[in-house]
Amino acid sequence: MTMEAYRYGDGSITYPGHPRGPDGSEPVGTVDLSEYTAEVVTWTTSHATPPGVREPNTLAIVEFDVDGTPVRAIGQVTTDDVEIGDEVEPVHVDELREPGAGIREPASQDWDGYRFEPTG
Amino acid sequence: MPDVAVIGASMTKFGRREEWVLELLAEAAEACLEDAGVEGTDLDHLYVSNMASGEFEGMTGIPNALAHDIAAMPAYTQRVDQTSSSGGAGTYAAWQSVASGASDMTLLVGAEKMTHRSTGESTDIIASVTHPVEYKHGVTLPSFAGLTARLYLDRFDAPRESLAKVAVKNHENGTRNPHAQFQKEIDVETAMSSPMVADPLRLYDFCPITDGSAAMLFCPADLAREYADEYAVVSGVAGATDTHVVHERADPTTMGGVVDSGRAAYEMAGLDPEDVDVAELHDMFTILEFLQMEGLDLAPKGEAWKEMDRGTTAIDGELPINTSGGLKSKGHPLGASGVGQGYEIYKQLVGEAGDRQVDAEVGLACNVGGFGNCVITTIMEARP
Repeated sequence: MTMEAYRYGDGSITYPGHPRGPDGSEPVGTVDLSEYTAEVVTWTTSHATPPGVREPNTLAIVEFDVDGTPVRAIGQVTTDDVEIGDEVEPVHVDELREPGAGIREPASQDWDGYRFEPTG
Repeated sequence: MPDVAVIGASMTKFGRREEWVLELLAEAAEACLEDAGVEGTDLDHLYVSNMASGEFEGMTGIPNALAHDIAAMPAYTQRVDQTSSSGGAGTYAAWQSVASGASDMTLLVGAEKMTHRSTGESTDIIASVTHPVEYKHGVTLPSFAGLTARLYLDRFDAPRESLAKVAVKNHENGTRNPHAQFQKEIDVETAMSSPMVADPLRLYDFCPITDGSAAMLFCPADLAREYADEYAVVSGVAGATDTHVVHERADPTTMGGVVDSGRAAYEMAGLDPEDVDVAELHDMFTILEFLQMEGLDLAPKGEAWKEMDRGTTAIDGELPINTSGGLKSKGHPLGASGVGQGYEIYKQLVGEAGDRQVDAEVGLACNVGGFGNCVITTIMEARP
């Protein structure tokens, strides 16, 4: 299992990856963000969640520092005890929400991924 | 390229309606044609702004169905889907159809039928705009609002009450609008004590789920006087996109699509932000009113909440914002919302806004799709 981000010709990195980077350059490699820690940029706890999603659902936008290059990601948090600036690490989960409970076709995407767990 | 005029507008009552999407479309379309004294058979083009009639009620092909119902054949028809900014995108399409010379009479009708679905189902249909890496975490549009509001309040040292004041203002305006879904005033205490939805945002920070429809009629400006003594011209209209994946934006408190579409619309109109007399902003969430004020240079970065405190954006303020009640109070029937914004600006400019009338020669509407993913900014001016 990896949390795969793309590195582009201009040196930028995005998660998720895209066929083209922010300046239009093509991917030149990948980075597994699950090997890094990140800092919480902001967070929320959602109390009105769609079908198949845990309730409440604490989410955070986090920023990884990959050798000096910032890379942001969004994801569920393992606890509701989180603050801006906290350090978190990715923790793999087999199923983040129930496939098929919502409107999206279950086979159209994967449903596993990484929650963020505070390291402190 | 001819100037494009708006010579009529209508909107249905927004709220929980018994009618289905096609009936709502026909209601607004007929009222708009009647407002301008035009027949369906006079139409060259007919655009329908709608996000998800297929997903909400299993009804597709609605532009052709509407053309039949209002006897508009053989008018060219097209559905315009740009999620929550479908109405603004429809305005852009209608403007293009007339400005290009392809049509001398274009009707735009926006509608959505939503309330027969549960809140969870509706939220999920709307959240289907998200990227797979967002969707699988249960990310919704309200949760984007919570994430952004926390960052905004923290970064700009804005009090939480400032967002509640947006809701209070727009609910007060809504009581003046007979078409609005909510017809009740609220106070800051009520907003601040309402149930938490997406921390730090509470129930009254969010627009409701709504059924409704709105329409606008466009023709070349040199033909407008045949139909109306007073009318409006679309002097600026532009659309822009930002990242689909919201967390990839360098600054989550800046909506690039708002900034870029606003600048282009101002440039096209030859106007500055200081020239705007009244604005309808896409307050699907209270925080969005601040982000759009700042993105459109109607307030300095990080200071929109101060303008709110000063009363600048009140209906009797220097720059009234969301005199209609906004999406917050008037309601947000996705595909209709951008057209409803245009309706309000048109009515303000021709002096037909009733109890919510303000002194305005220039009006601006900003219609936001996704969480700033795609944005249309429209500027209209009163004529003659």
